[in-house]
Amino acid sequence: MISTNKPSRLNKIVSYTLLLLLAFVILAPFFIGIWTSFLPTMEIAKGNFLSTDLSLNNYVSAFTKTPILRYLGNSLVVSVLTMAAQLVFCSMSAYAFVFLKFKYRNAIFVLFLITMMLPFEAEIIPNFTTVKNLGMLDHYSVLLIPFLTSAFGTFMLRQAFMQTPSELKEAADIEGLNHFQFYWNIVLPYNKVSLITLGAYSFLGAWNQYLWPMLTTFSNNSRLIQNGLRQLQSEETFNDWGMIQASAAIIVIPTILVLFIGQHYFKSGMNEGAVK
Amino acid sequence: MLKSTTPTVVGSKTEAKTKHRTFSLNAKDKYYAALFLGPSLLILSVFVFYPMLRTLYISMFLTNTLGKTTVFNGLGNYTDLLGSPEYIASLGSTLVYVFAVTVLTVGIGLLLANLASKRLPGIGIFRTLYSVTMGVSVSVAAIFWLFIFNPSTGFFALLSNLLGLPVINWLTDPTMAMWAVIITTVWMNLGFTFLILLGAISAVPTTLYEAASIEGASERRQFFKITVPMISPTLFFVSTITLIEGFKSFGLIDLITKGGPTNSTNMLVYRIYKDAFYSGNYAQASSEAIILTVIIAFFTFLQFKFLEKRVNY
Repeated sequence: MISTNKPSRLNKIVSYTLLLLLAFVILAPFFIGIWTSFLPTMEIAKGNFLSTDLSLNNYVSAFTKTPILRYLGNSLVVSVLTMAAQLVFCSMSAYAFVFLKFKYRNAIFVLFLITMMLPFEAEIIPNFTTVKNLGMLDHYSVLLIPFLTSAFGTFMLRQAFMQTPSELKEAADIEGLNHFQFYWNIVLPYNKVSLITLGAYSFLGAWNQYLWPMLTTFSNNSRLIQNGLRQLQSEETFNDWGMIQASAAIIVIPTILVLFIGQHYFKSGMNEGAVK
Repeated sequence: MLKSTTPTVVGSKTEAKTKHRTFSLNAKDKYYAALFLGPSLLILSVFVFYPMLRTLYISMFLTNTLGKTTVFNGLGNYTDLLGSPEYIASLGSTLVYVFAVTVLTVGIGLLLANLASKRLPGIGIFRTLYSVTMGVSVSVAAIFWLFIFNPSTGFFALLSNLLGLPVINWLTDPTMAMWAVIITTVWMNLGFTFLILLGAISAVPTTLYEAASIEGASERRQFFKITVPMISPTLFFVSTITLIEGFKSFGLIDLITKGGPTNSTNMLVYRIYKDAFYSGNYAQASSEAIILTVIIAFFTFLQFKFLEKRVNY
């Protein structure tokens, strides 16, 4: 909300034209994808884009002929569990860095910071061997255990926890609260917005995982939706564009709805952390 | 995949207050610390620190097809890599990709954010629409765009036919395939970048613009003289994040081009994956992983350094 000078009429027209044009360009891939998801593949193959032969058939076959529901379920379970675990473990380690005094605290914190510089993508070779030796391949645990915590989440919550008013800690000390009570009853509720932000972030992170699940899962029992779509696209439904577009729509529509609903929280959480 | 980092690293407002926090010097603290920190440390040790050291170790040996180290090779794997035209080409295409993606994402994101920061009726709708690609995952983005790029039935092909233009072979022409990956990445990144930049622009004090307006500065001038300098920390932040995520790109490449055609989009992470899990050349893949780590660590470090005043150690 910056332009304080009243926009002139011409200015307004130019602004709205640009706004609309850009919105159209950004949304075009959605429109095209969702439109074709209602068309029979035959028509798409013929390039008959403006066909009026619209139906939900592609959706029906996506649900009945492919394991897309199973993939979605897998992704949902893994993402929710990852989110829950990261909220617990990141907030616990962040608490330790802010409210506990112990030997090597700074050294361990620097270790966490270093972790943020190391890309997971560069560590897949030994990690693959590790999970193979632990017998975790093609199982939910392989998608979950390496991501139970995150250095970034810890760091982000530490920054937030540091802003907890010191009066609260003093009051808690007077009340005789122990660390568990202070963590659970005061610090967590006080930092609700940051926790929601981390939750959304870790959920999306797990939902968008690609390389690691691709390496470590091979069956429909544990395959996640991102890799599942790739599977559909490369295998049985080869060139069945109608159904592929329908599968993409099935996945993207709920995420966008969640995004719109959650945007209020998400935005305020982000703005809180952004540069002032 | 830009999404995997939130902007929170940038901020922390009240450093000064916390510096003087009095810690209750309780002897029990160390037991609590072990309890609170233990699980995270364990996971990070097994899945971050150990594999990093192990990768470094493997990178200095030769390996058999089972991944077992055989002969110590010192820095041999690295000199081999840096002397291999194929690897240099891979490094080059990664740089082109990362540079293009960063410039386009931040540039277009800034344009969108500036436009959407105007006080106009109904602007909220546009803000929501511009952030919509945040809800799009790699595979969905890849499917939407693969259809658009498809040379026979795709949307671009259709459009070209309609306008009587030659059809571009997006996925079989090496240069165009690179552009296909770049366009898809930028599209996916935009939602997030837009939101962050919008947040930063909204936080610029309106008094600055009022003063500039009184002095008769044009909107364009205000944008370059006020908006851009005022949000430069955020611009730097989104640029480095985009850069880092660009170097780590894998999903879109696997889905759209599989590194092809003729290796034109065979970028760093894709190479590691291919060399290790297809060719069984674990030693070489490990050296590539270390080179990737060095690049990413460098940019992350740069970011930390830049934000040092805001990020309290």
